[in-house]
Amino acid sequence: MQQIPKEMFQPAVANVGEAEKLSKPSLSFWKDVSIRFRKNKLAMFGLILLILLVFMAIFGPYMTKYDYATNDLMNTNQPPSSKHWFGTDELGRDIFTRTWYGARISLFIGLAAALIDLVIGVLWGGIAGYRGGKTDEIMMRIADILYGVPYLLLVIILMVILGQGLGTMILAMTITGWVNMARIVRGQVLQLKNQEYVLAARTLGASTSRIMFKHLIPNAMGSILVTMTLTIPNAIFTEAFLSYLGLGVPQPLASWGTMASEGVQALQYYPWRLFFPATFICLTMFAFNVVGDGLRDALDPRLRK
Amino acid sequence: MLRYISKRLLYMLMSLFLIVTVTFFLMRAAPGGPFSSEKQVPPEIEKNLNEYYGLDRPWYIQYFDYLVSIAKWDFGPSFKYKGQTVNDLINEGFPVSFFLGMESLLIAISIGVLLGIIAALNHNKWQDYAAMVFAVLGISVPSFIMASILQYFLAIKLGWFPVARWESLQHTVLPALALAAMPMAFIARLTRSSMLEVLGNDYIRTAKAKGLSQGQITVKHAIRNAILPVVTYLGPLSAQILTGSFVIEKIFGIPGLGSHFVTSITNRDYTTIMGVTVFYSILLLLSVLLVDIAYGFIDPRIKLAGGKKGE
Amino acid sequence: MGKLLEVKNLEVSFQTYGGEVQAVRGVSFYLNKGETLAIVGESGSGKSVTSQTIMRLIPTPPGKIKNGQILFDGEDLVKKTDKEMEQIRGRDIGMIFQDPMTSLNPTMKVGHQIMEVIMKHQKLPKSAAKERAIELLRLVGIPMPEKRVNQYPHEFSGGMRQRAMIAIALASNPKLLIADEPTTALDVTIQAQILELMKDIQKKTGTAIIFITHDLGVVANVADRVAVMYAGKIVEMGTVDEIFYDPRHPYTWGLLASMPSLDSDDKAELASIPGSPPDLTNPPKGDAFAPRNPYAMKIDFEMEPPLFQISDTHYAATWLLHPDAPKVEPPEAVKRRLRKLSTNYPQPIIVRESE
Repeated sequence: MQQIPKEMFQPAVANVGEAEKLSKPSLSFWKDVSIRFRKNKLAMFGLILLILLVFMAIFGPYMTKYDYATNDLMNTNQPPSSKHWFGTDELGRDIFTRTWYGARISLFIGLAAALIDLVIGVLWGGIAGYRGGKTDEIMMRIADILYGVPYLLLVIILMVILGQGLGTMILAMTITGWVNMARIVRGQVLQLKNQEYVLAARTLGASTSRIMFKHLIPNAMGSILVTMTLTIPNAIFTEAFLSYLGLGVPQPLASWGTMASEGVQALQYYPWRLFFPATFICLTMFAFNVVGDGLRDALDPRLRK
Repeated sequence: MLRYISKRLLYMLMSLFLIVTVTFFLMRAAPGGPFSSEKQVPPEIEKNLNEYYGLDRPWYIQYFDYLVSIAKWDFGPSFKYKGQTVNDLINEGFPVSFFLGMESLLIAISIGVLLGIIAALNHNKWQDYAAMVFAVLGISVPSFIMASILQYFLAIKLGWFPVARWESLQHTVLPALALAAMPMAFIARLTRSSMLEVLGNDYIRTAKAKGLSQGQITVKHAIRNAILPVVTYLGPLSAQILTGSFVIEKIFGIPGLGSHFVTSITNRDYTTIMGVTVFYSILLLLSVLLVDIAYGFIDPRIKLAGGKKGE
Repeated sequence: MGKLLEVKNLEVSFQTYGGEVQAVRGVSFYLNKGETLAIVGESGSGKSVTSQTIMRLIPTPPGKIKNGQILFDGEDLVKKTDKEMEQIRGRDIGMIFQDPMTSLNPTMKVGHQIMEVIMKHQKLPKSAAKERAIELLRLVGIPMPEKRVNQYPHEFSGGMRQRAMIAIALASNPKLLIADEPTTALDVTIQAQILELMKDIQKKTGTAIIFITHDLGVVANVADRVAVMYAGKIVEMGTVDEIFYDPRHPYTWGLLASMPSLDSDDKAELASIPGSPPDLTNPPKGDAFAPRNPYAMKIDFEMEPPLFQISDTHYAATWLLHPDAPKVEPPEAVKRRLRKLSTNYPQPIIVRESE
């Protein structure tokens, strides 16, 4: 038997508080999410890409001496050169300038559509989910019927009849686009509203709007954010699609969609006219998609430790 | 089951009613449209329009008559071409579009599911990353750009496929691929995540504890459950393929309903746009309904008795 | 009686973002043919990992068997390939899991899920396998088995699903049945029925059972021997009588004191064990239970205790059994049930030195 000094057998009651101390520092929810998001290399790459794209959308048009709408019929369909970095189109307009000008319009359409969807969807879904009962029944029935209406067909019809333009396009996209957001918000609110902390807040006399905006919406923020990051590329896509059908923003305005659909027609002879707008549409889609995926993964409680 | 179907049918009719109503009243409001007084159309078309819409009668009678015609599967005359009706267009173009749509549906589902399963079974290995990079690229490229690129490289540059037109099976390959690309990418992602979720389930561990091999577990237990969300996606998928076909048919010069529709948009052939839209809406709503019913048969947990359970 | 299973110095760890979690840290035990061994412990004590390692069900990676042997019928399961294990899983060793709600495939008929095992291991044709599945459902006490084989899990109640799970586990007459908390997810009345069923089946088939649970109350009913696990180690092991009437480890005391019993008088408060189990990424120095142990001594924080043998069947790893340790009184609830067991050695002897 080993020899062990007698004093080692003195009682030594440990401090239970010590043992209870958490072994890992506890993190706030969003801190945790942001750490997990930053670990995702692909999502971070997407985020940096988006920041660059937004930067170029703001400052890109000022980097050249050309204007997006001025024709230069002496220099049509020029390939990329030191003079025209991305070349020129069939009216001699500088594609570099138009690309970043178009970025503004495409991103604006995406953001505007997402924001409008957000506001209507959160209000509609939030009220339906929170009030429940008959209100919920009626509001969600309406949403269900609208959800059944084929989205792009309605957008096309509206664009044909209301006429082309930035405003009509955003209106057409959001007229039923918000339904998706409303359904998601409602689902979240239904799930959250019966949780103890909401009941506690209600017992303490918090008003409905306070509960909505202080408790329910922030906790549903995760899914709302993910839905938004996926709405934006969808809107940009729809814009490109409508442009191809000849329902895009009217000339001489430039959007990536109109530039790409003009580029498609000239693909055989002037491939750069498709290459630049198409590349940036794809990059933007890619960036939003990986950021959305990354956010969803970072927010997924099943993955959290 | 019957109650569930009739309930879904009712919703479908209400959505349809909504879109018919909206198109009708928008059409009335369209400047230069069939209902405005300053339209410039040949007398023959004027006569057809008058016959179909009863242009001199009050709006509610026009509206009611229109609903009745739609119910009789009569979508009215063209606003631009004399002697042509929307029904003619549908009868002529839809079979082509249907074939193309089915072909790309098949490609999208088979390759998409396969990619998703391979990715999930090799989670976090190179196969997974390769499949997912492929999928993200697929959803990042708008279909008209994808189609143009495929056409430019595979047909014009390499000459592997015919550039355009609709004559043999060879002619269908590129358009079907271009049309399938995005849905395929979606399905691959969906299958992967659903497969990963299923593989983490307790019953997979049970299957393993029975002594089944990885292959048996994958085929008998995992895939069937993982495929369920893909079935629910078939509704939106058919919508995607349908709207995608507008662009693809146009680019490849395919005489389908999609390219007729695009032409009618360019020509502002209002009544044709309206008729085809209504037809497409019926088609889509029906396919969503069919998918829902099919899902009820595939997933035994859903008893289609007035609502979805077990979600 | 021959030994059916012998686990020797098993070490299992998992690679996670936070580092290597040492879930099982040197576990040794044996199981005789036809015997029931209960493994008791809190969640995270490594009892489920131990049982799943025997079946080689832990996913690798992140899991890894670092060390040890699992001798089943004299063959080391640790060394088996996946293909060889497929022949053992389901045929020689059956397993029942905790949650019957999620352990059955929701889109496959219950009968088919039983038949799968039979067709795989007995190579019976489909019709014969179905006959056998019906017979098994009857054996586990499911009424109208001819109808039930064609139903889906969602048409079964929780208790019935667990019965179906038992039927799956028993389908090819395994020599060993591992039940991982089979009653935890069930209502109390159903729990008793399932326990009865398992005892009954053991009588009929003579299979050995490893019964994993966190509930000592259940143990007294079903087990021949008990192993108490804490922080990835077995801290005490003995026959049911030895664990209930002559426990030696302060953790076992804590578990017993926190167990409600009908004969305890109303005023006696249930004791709880303060604190929570240690983080096994960095297992503490000394005895892992020391920080929660009201009887802890300085040595507990310095050195791991040696393993003492108290009788032929009774082992405990605690410094309290050291001759130099002060005599301590177990908690009141435990003291009341203490009995003198005639099989005890005059003095506990050290069978494994501390490290």
